[in-house]
Amino acid sequence: MTDKPDEKAAGKAADESDDKTDANESARPSEERNLEAAKDETGTGSAVEQPAPEQSPENVPAPTGEVRAVGARHGMFGVSGTGDTSGYGGLVSATVFPAPSQKPYGGWFDEVAGALEARLEATDLTAAVESVVVHRGEITFHVRREDLPFVAQMLRDDEALRFEFCSGVSGVHYPDDTGRELHAVYHLTSMTHNRRIRLEVAAPDSDPHVPSLVSVYPTLDWHERETYDMFGLVFDGHPALTRVLMPDDWPGHPQRKDYPLGGIPVEYKGGSIPPPDQRRSYN
Amino acid sequence: MSTDQDMYAAPGETSQGRVFTVTGQDWDSITQSIGESADERVVVNMGPQHPSTHGVLRLILELEGETVTEARCGIGYLHTGIEKNMEYRSWVQGVTFCTRMDYLSPFYNEATYVLGVERLLDIEDDIPEKAQVMRVLLMELNRLSSHLVAIATGGMEIGALTVMTIGFRERELVLDLFELITGLRMNHAFIRPGGVAQDLPPGALDEIRDFIALMKKRLPEYAALCNANPIFKGRLEGVGHLDLAGCMALGLTGPVLRSTGYAWDLRKTQPYCGYEDYDFEVQTWDTADSYGRFRIRLNEMWESLKIVEQCADRLAGLEGAPVMVGDKKIAWPSQLAIGSDGMGNSLDHIRHIMGESMEALIHHFKLVTEGFRVPAGQAYVPIESPRGELGAHVVSDGGTRPFRAHFRDPSFTNLQATSVMSEGGMVADVIVAIASIDPVMGGVDR
Repeated sequence: MTDKPDEKAAGKAADESDDKTDANESARPSEERNLEAAKDETGTGSAVEQPAPEQSPENVPAPTGEVRAVGARHGMFGVSGTGDTSGYGGLVSATVFPAPSQKPYGGWFDEVAGALEARLEATDLTAAVESVVVHRGEITFHVRREDLPFVAQMLRDDEALRFEFCSGVSGVHYPDDTGRELHAVYHLTSMTHNRRIRLEVAAPDSDPHVPSLVSVYPTLDWHERETYDMFGLVFDGHPALTRVLMPDDWPGHPQRKDYPLGGIPVEYKGGSIPPPDQRRSYN
Repeated sequence: MSTDQDMYAAPGETSQGRVFTVTGQDWDSITQSIGESADERVVVNMGPQHPSTHGVLRLILELEGETVTEARCGIGYLHTGIEKNMEYRSWVQGVTFCTRMDYLSPFYNEATYVLGVERLLDIEDDIPEKAQVMRVLLMELNRLSSHLVAIATGGMEIGALTVMTIGFRERELVLDLFELITGLRMNHAFIRPGGVAQDLPPGALDEIRDFIALMKKRLPEYAALCNANPIFKGRLEGVGHLDLAGCMALGLTGPVLRSTGYAWDLRKTQPYCGYEDYDFEVQTWDTADSYGRFRIRLNEMWESLKIVEQCADRLAGLEGAPVMVGDKKIAWPSQLAIGSDGMGNSLDHIRHIMGESMEALIHHFKLVTEGFRVPAGQAYVPIESPRGELGAHVVSDGGTRPFRAHFRDPSFTNLQATSVMSEGGMVADVIVAIASIDPVMGGVDR
């Protein structure tokens, strides 16, 4: 977007300096000329010898600021140990999630974030909101897990916030997000102000506990049971945290990324279709 | 049959007390043996295979006489791991899975997922108008068919068999339209990231207009049959009461919420797919009971019919317009044609990739087998399904497959109200209360 004018400006500046040299200072050695031209250009920041690099998507560097990189992707086809000599097998690309946003967030996001901040300051809990991510027109508050019930209660009851409706909780397992493997994501709606926000809390695999929000939003009863069922996230304070979809005696939590998947035996020379995560696939 | 041992109790579960297994036509012997004991308290296990529990829903009711003192739901009998399965398929293939969740409103499942993917792709503003109109058309036709089933099965469960037969009769007409447009009666996988799978077939608009004309004659029949019917009203009025505070706390949406008089409809409050361009009213009722929910569904069918009519008018002016986003890195490469046997090949496309352009062939295979990459992030775009707020929480890690797709299904959430709606009432009213929630177990269990 902004790179094209830059390139043009750099090109134009180079043309100008060329014109100058042609007209007046053709006797001076070319090295000196270039040096001076470079000096002239310090204002715009792009050197004459090195035109701005081409800014196609694959050349754009990672966004600045704190980047939440979660794991890396290796190769292209999800297989290793084959005779692939294309070089694509050695490809490593980081998984980068949208970085936290800085104020102003834009629109009503600032009103909500401001009201939330003011209320948290009044109660000495400024650290409760770890970061705010605005991405694709949706705002996400990353909340420290021990403060979740307080923050939720305030979001529900405060007059400026009034997030009286909770759509439910959804678990996400990021096995490579060390120390924050299990995420619980809540979608809240303010019917009064017609707004939607998202709360996200993280818990480590070694201590998969998140405070329950059933006392604030009774609708989360089954949702928290489902998230426990599927991810093993324990919601402390839930009235009866049992499995809801899987059978009571089911071992493991099926939607975790490390849950073993089954293959399918086929009746042909003892063969079998490998589990989906071991099949050849693009990643 | 009466024993002292519960053969269905799991090991370690208590199996004390007398156990009756009801198999039909044995009610006399049961009442007789219950009458012998002084204890009036009976725990009844209803389902999961019971004709009036809307699919495989299990109810555990504690009765005192005929009064329900406690009601609990047992769910999970239809859990198929759709969300997990989607993590191992491409973004486009995900549609094929989620359409099977709430099988009575497949287009809504597809739409909410696709809207989430489109938001992550940042192509929300690039979706062609015709694709949006077709989505609205299909969704509103789907609302008609879904409400028809809700009314039909709800009627059947209280013994009104005619309501059932005429409900399914009309629903079949909607399914015929679906078959004409998408090639399939159910599980369409027709709404795709970037647009819809294909254009309207020739003659579809005429069929839709015929259908609208017919429905305008048929819908009043439901009103004439039920609205003032004393038996119908006697069974439904005041049953399954849940006020606005209860709905808010338990997260209920859809007709149940609107039956409290609160006009919350995402089509109006947070429009998507261009709903702001259509003329329709949000239907409410003020009794907060099963009868109000029935009347809301009936009225909403009229509103849906109005929207379908507007869609048909707009589509008439959009002949030949694109139905898929222009970005060839996202759009499905071929436009399949519907043959007499359903969705068929696209002969033009095959000629192009096999005979004319090597690059087109490569492009086809890259898109079809690998799929497109979706930028990392998460999105949640809820829509107003016939049962309430249906939303897909879509998480991408930048790959060609969903990192996580979670569906907030309204049936799942609304079913939590079973206890509040039926405790303290008669056992026969439990059925009416659940029918007024209209849960679809495919959506509850996913």
